[in-house]
Amino acid sequence: MSAMTQQSTEQALAQTYVTFWVDDLFFGLSVAGVQEVLRHQPMTPVPRAAAAVTGLINLRGQIVTAVDLRMRLGLPPRPAGTLPMNVIVRSRGEVVSILVDDIGDVIDTAGIEAEPVPSNMPIQLQEVVSGVRPLADSILLVLDADRAVDVSTVPDTSGGKP
Amino acid sequence: MAQNDEDAEIIAEFLVESHENLDQLDADLVELERDPGSRDLLSSIFRTIHTIKGTSGFLAFNRLEQLTHVGETLLSRLRDGVEQLTPETTEALLHLVDVTRALLEAIERTGVDTDPSVEVAPVVQVIEQLLAGDPGTTTASEAPAPTPVTGDASAPVTVSPDGCAASPVAEEAAEPAAEEAMVEPELNVVEPELKVVEPELKVVEPVETPDEPWDGPDRRTAVEGSVRVDVDLLDTLVDLVGELVLTRNQLLQRTLAAEDIELVRASQRLDLVASELQETVMKTRMQPIGQVWSKMPRIVRDLAHLLGREVELVMEGHDTELDRSLLEALKGPLTHLVRNSMDHGIELPADRVAAGKPAKGTLQLRAFHESGQVVVEITDDGSGIDPEKIATVAVLRGVATRDQLARMDTREILGLIFRPGFSTATEVSNISGRGVGMDVVRTNIERIGGSVDLQSEVGRGTTVRVRIPLTLAIIPALVVGEGTERYAIPQANLVELVRLEGDDLRRQVERLAGSPVLRLRGRLLPLVHLAEALGGQVEESETLTVVVLQSDDTRFGLCVSEVHDTQEIVVKPIGRQLKSLGMYAGATIMGDGRVSLILDVAGMGADAGIASVQATVVETRSDDADQVSFLVLEVADGRRAALPLGSVSRLEEFSLDRIERSGSAEVVQYRDGILPLIRLAAAIGLTDTSHLQDQLSVVVHERGDGLVGIVIDRVLDVVDTSVVLTEVGRRSGVLGSAIVQDRVTDLVDLAAVVAKAGGAA
Repeated sequence: MSAMTQQSTEQALAQTYVTFWVDDLFFGLSVAGVQEVLRHQPMTPVPRAAAAVTGLINLRGQIVTAVDLRMRLGLPPRPAGTLPMNVIVRSRGEVVSILVDDIGDVIDTAGIEAEPVPSNMPIQLQEVVSGVRPLADSILLVLDADRAVDVSTVPDTSGGKP
Repeated sequence: MAQNDEDAEIIAEFLVESHENLDQLDADLVELERDPGSRDLLSSIFRTIHTIKGTSGFLAFNRLEQLTHVGETLLSRLRDGVEQLTPETTEALLHLVDVTRALLEAIERTGVDTDPSVEVAPVVQVIEQLLAGDPGTTTASEAPAPTPVTGDASAPVTVSPDGCAASPVAEEAAEPAAEEAMVEPELNVVEPELKVVEPELKVVEPVETPDEPWDGPDRRTAVEGSVRVDVDLLDTLVDLVGELVLTRNQLLQRTLAAEDIELVRASQRLDLVASELQETVMKTRMQPIGQVWSKMPRIVRDLAHLLGREVELVMEGHDTELDRSLLEALKGPLTHLVRNSMDHGIELPADRVAAGKPAKGTLQLRAFHESGQVVVEITDDGSGIDPEKIATVAVLRGVATRDQLARMDTREILGLIFRPGFSTATEVSNISGRGVGMDVVRTNIERIGGSVDLQSEVGRGTTVRVRIPLTLAIIPALVVGEGTERYAIPQANLVELVRLEGDDLRRQVERLAGSPVLRLRGRLLPLVHLAEALGGQVEESETLTVVVLQSDDTRFGLCVSEVHDTQEIVVKPIGRQLKSLGMYAGATIMGDGRVSLILDVAGMGADAGIASVQATVVETRSDDADQVSFLVLEVADGRRAALPLGSVSRLEEFSLDRIERSGSAEVVQYRDGILPLIRLAAAIGLTDTSHLQDQLSVVVHERGDGLVGIVIDRVLDVVDTSVVLTEVGRRSGVLGSAIVQDRVTDLVDLAAVVAKAGGAA
């Protein structure tokens, strides 16, 4: 493969997003950083962990921490009876699952310029969103996976779950 | 073959390394012919030959050493530009490589380099002629003929029937006396065993050699027989196998009910294969401890020189295998222990002779498997450790009090040297004769799930015994249930299981101001409810299951709702989101595929505020602001006093009429014996009001020669607090006053109280 085509492939990957909904927000993660997408998995709760850490799942023998994006963003809990989906990402050498409400299409945003995060967005959102891409019918919030799964800065206010 | 395993290990490593080097050497020499002036290439070739020469000298492969020695000389002259590279020189060097390879193959087959059919002398002669400045065209062209080692290294040699007869001649020529003398003294110091073993081999091997097949197709060479594999790849393999085992378990559960015989058979085969695969994959991570030990002769030799000691190093159990990650972690502590033995254990030669011992001390390293663990012993025949001195230093440094020491047996006292704070200054090591950084050694070994203890006899020597698990990846664990989840507790921390019901439960578990304690064989054991530690609510029930746990000096009881079973679990790391939770050591996957958390016993203890029992007194002596558990009491009509919880064995109540007199002392009959009583108020200079109570409240304290009862008015509380001791209120029997729970409280000097009463009685 020539350097030219390799570069363009990388560029194309960077512009292609796995999309998903949380509450009524439309997020995208670059496909390069997403390992796989899974339906709801059995979860082992971790008592006294940060509220955003929902539990641990067994991903083919690997223990993966699941971080609920709703909790991470300070959004209301998922309505009763709905199960989250797992977006499995690689972050700083670890594999982490981001829990989302629903999965959308994989979309190519070639030709649509990334714009900075609007400054009137809630601060919790600004923390984890690296930019926005205005699509024809919606606005895609580009998620920074590393920051999204970093819950050490979120204080434990739940007082622990049994 | 009467070959020592240790040597075999070293030789095998040497062979693999040398074969790789030789391949490089071939390439370098060919490259050199194209670029004769390259200093880099010459230096690289020189280093390779030099390395082989050095190791062969060390291993007493004299012919190999002699061969590489001349090569090295030639190469050094080429490198320094004294000699120019000619086709003859290149030819000679390539021959050198071939013969070296043939010798290495002979070593691999027979363990020695005395194979008569590999002729060393002609090559040596050619090179020596080159060195003498005589290109000796005749010899150069002759050389390939007697040395049948042209290009093809796989069939370099033929059996000569008169091989044995030729051997002595070749050997004689191959052993210049000067070389011998240069190597031997070093061997004496570094690896004494080698010297003993080698001569024996020399005698035995030549006889055996002709019977052995040369290059059987099924005989794998050292290079072919081993492959270097990335450790990450092995870890992935371990994970995948774990997953396979889980899938197998699920399949087996389904097929148990299946009617299809073929399916059942197939799944049983799968079961067997998966188990075997798991075992084999685990083995790939195992490596012999000899890898760490191979560094020891050098360390010992250097230290012996430095410290003016004469030490003989004896190593046993070279091939004892353990997980490679553990091997890495063991390196530091082991080196430290060896240094300690050399520095503080083994005496100077003159002192040893004066003590009636041989001038040369012996340091023994022994490794073996025992009940699923690897045991490593470091034994010296030095001066040993004097418990008296240890006790003195311990008191001096506030690691323990006399009172505590009186209750300890010798082994416990010796164990004090592993305490942090025992040995921060070098002066301590001078006084005690040992102990610099022993707490670090213990911490490092406990981090990998191991333990360390020490036995010593004054004047005879010391043995430090390190126990470590075979592998970090798989540990035996007790699985307990709480709520809907299961948790795993490493077996290494498990002391015992206690189940209490009905009356026993009410009698033996008390709540002291909300903190539950269990009376267990005369001691008070702090209890932690797992449900509570996990942030939930404790459900009252008629039975209580207590898992008694120990970590470092902390011991506590963990109350769990269910005990499942013990099983081998695969420890897996948890993500950084959970790293701040000290109570989890990792996670594991259970047979049904669900994830369970592994509890970190030390972390749980710290989380519950349970301080190490023996550390309590240290805290009252220093200004250390760490939390300590105290029993807070009321004496003398509302005055408050506090005792370290660690010094309390039991709490008892007696009716007043049980007090009897023995001489002038008050006693009660207690557990088939006589318990002397001390009225605490009187002992600390207050007015005694305990006789005004309906019952006699007694704190039972265990001292060296038995039990003693401290009479108080009543128990108020158990508090975990950091105490700042003041001089205020300091008097006989009182260390001073402190503020505990916002009230001024006397801290009782129990040792003084007991001593005073003992003197009076």
